[in-house]
Amino acid sequence: METLAFIVNNLPIIGERALEHLSIVGVAVGVAIITGVPTGIAISQSQRTADTVLYLGSIVMTIPSIALFGILIPILSKIGQGIGYLPAVIAAMLYAQLPIIRNTYTAIRNVDPALRSAAIGMGMSTAQRLARVELPIALPVIIAGVRVAVVINIGVTAIAAYIGAGGLGTFISRGISQTDVRQLVTGALALGLLAIAADYALLGLQRHLTPKGLRARRDA
Amino acid sequence: MAAIRLEALTKTYATPRGDVRAVERVSLSVGDGQICVLLGPSGCGKTTTLRMINRLVTPSSGKVFIGGHDTDAADPVELRRTIGYVIQQIGLFPNMTVAGNIGVVPRLLGWSTERTRARAEELLAMLAMEPKDFIDRYPGELSGGQAQRVGVARALAADPPVLLMDEPFGALDPVNRETIQDEFLRMQHALKKTVIFVSHDIDEAVKLADSIAIFRSGRLEQYAEPDHLLAQPANEFVASFVGSDRTLKRLRLIRAADVMARASGNLDATAPTVRASEDLRRVATLFLEHGADSLACVDERGELVGYVTRAALAERLGSARR
Repeated sequence: METLAFIVNNLPIIGERALEHLSIVGVAVGVAIITGVPTGIAISQSQRTADTVLYLGSIVMTIPSIALFGILIPILSKIGQGIGYLPAVIAAMLYAQLPIIRNTYTAIRNVDPALRSAAIGMGMSTAQRLARVELPIALPVIIAGVRVAVVINIGVTAIAAYIGAGGLGTFISRGISQTDVRQLVTGALALGLLAIAADYALLGLQRHLTPKGLRARRDA
Repeated sequence: MAAIRLEALTKTYATPRGDVRAVERVSLSVGDGQICVLLGPSGCGKTTTLRMINRLVTPSSGKVFIGGHDTDAADPVELRRTIGYVIQQIGLFPNMTVAGNIGVVPRLLGWSTERTRARAEELLAMLAMEPKDFIDRYPGELSGGQAQRVGVARALAADPPVLLMDEPFGALDPVNRETIQDEFLRMQHALKKTVIFVSHDIDEAVKLADSIAIFRSGRLEQYAEPDHLLAQPANEFVASFVGSDRTLKRLRLIRAADVMARASGNLDATAPTVRASEDLRRVATLFLEHGADSLACVDERGELVGYVTRAALAERLGSARR
């Protein structure tokens, strides 16, 4: 009951924190899409490069986020941004790379070679082939990668509260330091709901962007 | 004008165990509006030869001329837009409708939307598919035979003078294959494309080809008209590939009119008759069924035009044999 009262009394601030949270995740995933999708396409042309890049991506994933913030503080301090928004965005962006690159790479590689052969044989340039055939077919899988990245990032950004980036993690960090169960539960609940809502919204987007012909085949 | 000429076309692949010749000095020419079937067991280089014509495979040496022009001089992407391409796996783009698939090359060439759509409707009608039922479907909603018809329509969309077909009907069931082959022949009579057609099926080759090129391990073993090939295989390999029943296969290539002795007068109502335009399969069937020594040949109106005798049949089928 106390928690409920806390939530009701603090709705505006919870909303504000959620927006902060989303702005970090949104910018990070946006940048990760802009860099990760072309990287995924590029490495789909060469197995060796692909192995190297995906290996590096996996290494980044194994670094605990709190350690990554630690690494970023001295580096970004040089430009006076050691803590706060920028390191949070950079860390989240790094964690978003692997799922997006890997899914793009897998999706492009899994396009039926006969389609590639037909597209080239009919006189499509590489860019036309990508834009008209391979990317539309790969899109649902790429967006599935974005969904994973977003959910990971919502978690990573919660920890970024410890380096003063704001967001919903603030409730948790304060809840722990002040042994205040109300804030702790509020933060956890809000984060969970945010992750579910974001994932669900992207699932809708994924369905919407799946080419109709691919949907029809799945139903048949 | 789109006669095709291959000159000493060669493809060599470097492998860890040394160079492998996939295609070795293949030379042949195909007249404008003719169907040439490249025939042979798998791995004999027929598909590689085909793919060198539209530069999906770059020749190691040798030349390809289309309509007298050296294709080396052309930009490969531009070149491919002037060559229709049909593959066994069909390769329809699942994200596009039938109209979208057929319209791929026209769009690349900058045709207007209306013209592209009208062309798609025209081609579907030509392939015995009701345009309004099929044009907005997706490939996933088509049967195998329908999908390959769309594949052929897509290759013909921009009216290319040359058509390359890589075992296009190989994945269809026998009944469907016969039907689509017949439709294809009918269409070819009207369109007169220069067609290079890869197949491993001697019956399909005999049915469709104006000329047949038999391949074995990258080499051209024999290049001849179907009847000549069946009557006079150049060597043991060709003979075994075309099969010991090659005389039976020739029956479909020769019409009754080609072996009949002209005659006129009244038709004997009891004698078995055959139409002069029918092929020798019908003639042989009647001989086997009736035990007669001669058949009356009639024209489209049922008038007697001549007689086919057993002796004439045997002579025609034996004549070309050494």
